[in-house]
Amino acid sequence: MLSVSNLHATVGEAQILKGLTLEVPAGEVHAIMGPNGAGKSTLSYVLTGRQGYEVTEGGATLDGEDLLALEPNERAAKGLFLSFQYPLEIPGVPALTFIRTALNAQRKARSEKEITAPEFLKLARQKAAELKIDFEMLKRALNVGFSGGEKKRMEIFQMAMLSPRFLILDETDSGLDIDALRIVSDGVNALRSPDRAMLVITHYQRLLDYIKPDRVHVLAGGRIVASGGPELALELERDGYDRYAKAA
Amino acid sequence: MSVAAAIRTRDVGELPSRRDEDWRWTDLRGLIRVLPAPSESFAGTLAAGPFDRLAIDHHVLVNGGDARIDVAAGKKTLAALRLVSRGAGAHASRVTINLAAGARLRLLESYESDGASVCQTALTITLAEGAALERIVLAEDHEDAVSVSQAEVRLSPTSDFGQTIVTSGARRQRIETRASHPGGRASARMDGVYLLAGKRHADHTTVVTHDGVDGTTNQLIKGVARDQARGVFQGKIVVSEGADRTDARMGHHALILSDRAEVDAKPELEIYADDVSCAHGNTVGAMDEEALFYARQRGIPEAEARAMLTEAFIGQVIDRIWFEDARRVVRNWAAERLRV
Repeated sequence: MLSVSNLHATVGEAQILKGLTLEVPAGEVHAIMGPNGAGKSTLSYVLTGRQGYEVTEGGATLDGEDLLALEPNERAAKGLFLSFQYPLEIPGVPALTFIRTALNAQRKARSEKEITAPEFLKLARQKAAELKIDFEMLKRALNVGFSGGEKKRMEIFQMAMLSPRFLILDETDSGLDIDALRIVSDGVNALRSPDRAMLVITHYQRLLDYIKPDRVHVLAGGRIVASGGPELALELERDGYDRYAKAA
Repeated sequence: MSVAAAIRTRDVGELPSRRDEDWRWTDLRGLIRVLPAPSESFAGTLAAGPFDRLAIDHHVLVNGGDARIDVAAGKKTLAALRLVSRGAGAHASRVTINLAAGARLRLLESYESDGASVCQTALTITLAEGAALERIVLAEDHEDAVSVSQAEVRLSPTSDFGQTIVTSGARRQRIETRASHPGGRASARMDGVYLLAGKRHADHTTVVTHDGVDGTTNQLIKGVARDQARGVFQGKIVVSEGADRTDARMGHHALILSDRAEVDAKPELEIYADDVSCAHGNTVGAMDEEALFYARQRGIPEAEARAMLTEAFIGQVIDRIWFEDARRVVRNWAAERLRV
């Protein structure tokens, strides 16, 4: 599914990724853990095509297709979704309008038929109920005046509505209390399927109690410096990142 | 010195220039070397105006002339006022609007031109006590036109005046409103939107003078300038001595969408009274690139995402139009200009 090889990337003058290699097969959930400044968010932005993040070497493919050659919206239409660490506020655009515009743009890019208004509303009501989101909130401007937890829940709602194939969760647990964390995790787990895969980026092990990874990778100094099973996350929680920070 | 006098006398020396503080960003003297001949009278037929389907009374002035709209006490009407320029001549128009006590008027005013005309429109608007006027102005001028509209508005206590000026600019365009505000629970809304492309220029100039206690003024102007366009906002609210408990709010916010576009803003609050509540905000900046990336990450192509964010930005002004049908006309008009 996702294949990243020897990825080097700069932000401005700074070299952040320094030869990152990673394989996430379909059906699997991989966690990326690492100290602050290791390049975790940079990886998510490089994969999704944010301006200012320049790939200087290496590559990334999704199902064999070169991701880096595509525009951000084209990558989204291929099924790549990033749940932002700090979701943006979109003044003046109701959440439902925004999501419907996105869904139809993706469908159009894939030469699929647009979703009708009744179909869309039905789907939105169902997913909102599952995620315990007040439907009235979806009529308000997206994320404007929402709390940190509400914004994260809105990310998961968008994920549920857009039904992406490859999910990147960037620090999705930050700002969530324990109840919200459970709701968000249930939403994410509901999307697990044999033809989907996920990359869960997190600083803490806590989220991985709820979203159980198949593999855990340690990102330090711009590279994957260790990989293992779920036990690696527990080890990191106990021993910290010092050992890897030195290795990098 | 006035634009009307310059058109009448064909003396360019009468035109305001950059040396006039109030016109420094909309220099007509430096632009117009020779005033064109007076516009010929127009005998052809006109296509439909933007508000034709909404109005009950229709007033059309082509290449100048006078119009008068009177609304009797307690009466209510919906009037379209079309100011049309045909050809490349010069002309002036005069419009008088009187609302008697308790009268209500929805005024749907539009400007159109099809060439390098030079025109000036003078409006005198009077609201008696308890009268209500909503003035919606849609200015769709030719890129070679020079167009100046100057309105004097006199409010009375307990009257309500609301305006929303929406424009795509012209070679040089100025839409000016000067309101005398007596307080006495009268209210004024002085909104505007400019969507400028190419080398177009639009100048929103407003002056509201509060001379009595308990008056309200609320202003929100938003604009978008791309290419080499230039937007100008000069907003002034004066609160005279003794005009206590005045509540005045002014906001001007602009997006500059290219390196060569320009927005000049001069928001002014002049307060001589002690007990007032006044606020103003002014921002000029580029589009929020992070919001743009966020929308693109969700699958919305760049051009569509820009249009969506820009439409939402100015939509906050359009939403303040009271008359729903006109709001729809204006929203569609704006959306058409923003979609790529």
